[in-house]
Amino acid sequence: MSDLNAVTTAEAPGPAANRPRHGSSPAKPRSLAGDAWLDLRSSKIFWISAALVAVILLMAVWPSLFTSAGPRDCVLANKHAAATSGAPFGYDFQGCNVYAKTIYGARDSLIVGVFATLIAGVVGLLAGLAAGYYGGWLDAVLSRFVDVMLGVPFLLAAIVLAKRLSSDPQSNGIVAVTLTLGLLGWTTSARVMRSAVISAKGQDYVAAARMLGAGAARQMFRHILPNSAGPFLVVLTILLGVNIASEATLSFLGVGLKGDAISWGLAIAEAGPSVRTAAGPLVWPSVFLAVTVLAFIMLGDAVRDAFDPKLR
Amino acid sequence: MNFDPQAPLLQVNDMHVEFRTRDGVARAVNGVNLILRPGETLAVLGESGCGKSVTAQAIMGILDSPPAHVTKGEVLYRGVDLLRLPEDERRSIRANRIAMIFQDALSALNPVYSVGFQIGELFRTHRGASRQEAKRRAVELLDQVRIPAAKSRVDDYPHQFSGGMRQRVMIAMALALDPDVLIADEPTTALDVTVQAQIMGLLAELQRERTMGLMLITHDMGVVADVADTIAVMYAGRVVEYAPVYDIYARPAHPYTKALLESIPRLDFKGRGLNVIGGLPPALTDIPRGCPFHPRCAYARDVCRQDPPPPAYQIASQRIASCHFIREVLGV
Repeated sequence: MSDLNAVTTAEAPGPAANRPRHGSSPAKPRSLAGDAWLDLRSSKIFWISAALVAVILLMAVWPSLFTSAGPRDCVLANKHAAATSGAPFGYDFQGCNVYAKTIYGARDSLIVGVFATLIAGVVGLLAGLAAGYYGGWLDAVLSRFVDVMLGVPFLLAAIVLAKRLSSDPQSNGIVAVTLTLGLLGWTTSARVMRSAVISAKGQDYVAAARMLGAGAARQMFRHILPNSAGPFLVVLTILLGVNIASEATLSFLGVGLKGDAISWGLAIAEAGPSVRTAAGPLVWPSVFLAVTVLAFIMLGDAVRDAFDPKLR
Repeated sequence: MNFDPQAPLLQVNDMHVEFRTRDGVARAVNGVNLILRPGETLAVLGESGCGKSVTAQAIMGILDSPPAHVTKGEVLYRGVDLLRLPEDERRSIRANRIAMIFQDALSALNPVYSVGFQIGELFRTHRGASRQEAKRRAVELLDQVRIPAAKSRVDDYPHQFSGGMRQRVMIAMALALDPDVLIADEPTTALDVTVQAQIMGLLAELQRERTMGLMLITHDMGVVADVADTIAVMYAGRVVEYAPVYDIYARPAHPYTKALLESIPRLDFKGRGLNVIGGLPPALTDIPRGCPFHPRCAYARDVCRQDPPPPAYQIASQRIASCHFIREVLGV
């Protein structure tokens, strides 16, 4: 747009005016989420990752759809036996069907991973938002607390906390592990959120919102949060993978899942000692774990991009 | 709130604002007095760092506290002191009674919402309008600020607009709820000259239609001459001269105003060097004793270097200047 145009034709319309829209009629009110959805619809990454996540969720909810064999139908005579049609991944040290175990392991792995991440996300979001927005002593207290938490060796804290939370010998440890990972994992996300909030808070649009009568809650959740959620979402998607893997670590150490729980972490832990004679029982759950984490990271990335209008 | 319809629209009395920072106390505003009547345009002039924007933000009540503290004074809207109101009542004043537009409209618009949504939000939260209704009103407003094809642009995002259009959107947002007072904080500084004239013309027109009081903050003497009724010249957080626009340009009474006027580039001075005011405004943490302008002033004498600073002398009705040597400056 040249200044000459501006003189004669009032102001030339911005470049977007002539650009075709995403096929929606302009008369309909659109929201941020609506626009994001229009954007996501045309994203390949979104559909691939969403399909993967859907399959994994289906596995977790309805494992018998994928295999007729049971994860506990173990015959010791099958120890480390080769793959058959009913057991494409072969058999493990205990003569259990690796394929069935991996399919059935999705449920507990996902429950721990997703809920621990949700707990960490909610706590981290609120702590980071409050610290960044209010500043002052609240920020000082919260930030120092986060520093202290980050200073504690993760594994040591997790062992102590998980042990303490799972006092009931009958329980399978799912709740204890989820809480442990959730309560220890929020610190990084809180830190990231805090710094994003501080940079968004100083922007003129927050001052403009205040000028137009917005209160603290409205400024925080309507104006600051959508502008600072990007890095936070990335941290959370990474945390999801870390949590599923951490569950494996805790289970391996004997303070994680136990009893009737079946998870990828447990399977990996059990397969570790015999990896040199039979790699399959280690590799397959690891592959599922890696694909799950990747799917969630890709999904998080696609969603984050869709919510940023500048990338549209 | 009991507003007094007889009282002036907006009156600022002896306002002091300071920023308490680690490096000391910055006294940004030191006893500002202003008055704004319906339909009047009051221009607040001064170099950067003279406390113009801080004054505006203190009137709006959007300064971050800490570090900013309004230590003294009152801001009367129709006779009600806004500084003494509880925060929730003060919030209801904003946008409904007093609104403000910012220098850089791109950063003043939230990048993640469409402009229609941001304007509509005001109707939904303050007036309880439905989504459809809010959108209809948003289109109307965009139309009023002369955005071409408002209907098809209402769903666009701020970054899809050009600079002048963004400022129009900002004006639409500020005027959405029909305020009586509009504070424009350097509304044209970020724009190029042709667009500046359009925006100023739009503001003047909207002001006439609504008989709003307009407080225009600027450091552009050219912009002021066309639109202002009254001018307040600020220096180091004080109003040093306050006068109707004609008087200021014809016969400035304060050396600072005079120096500002003389530093406007003029065509008939072609080939000569530009007149400048030597030096910079003082650091607000370390304002000189006496008259704060004395280190840069051509008229300065010993009396200027001593406290107290010169009082505000009433020269004529509606004319005030704060200098020991008004007569010499006026040349009488």
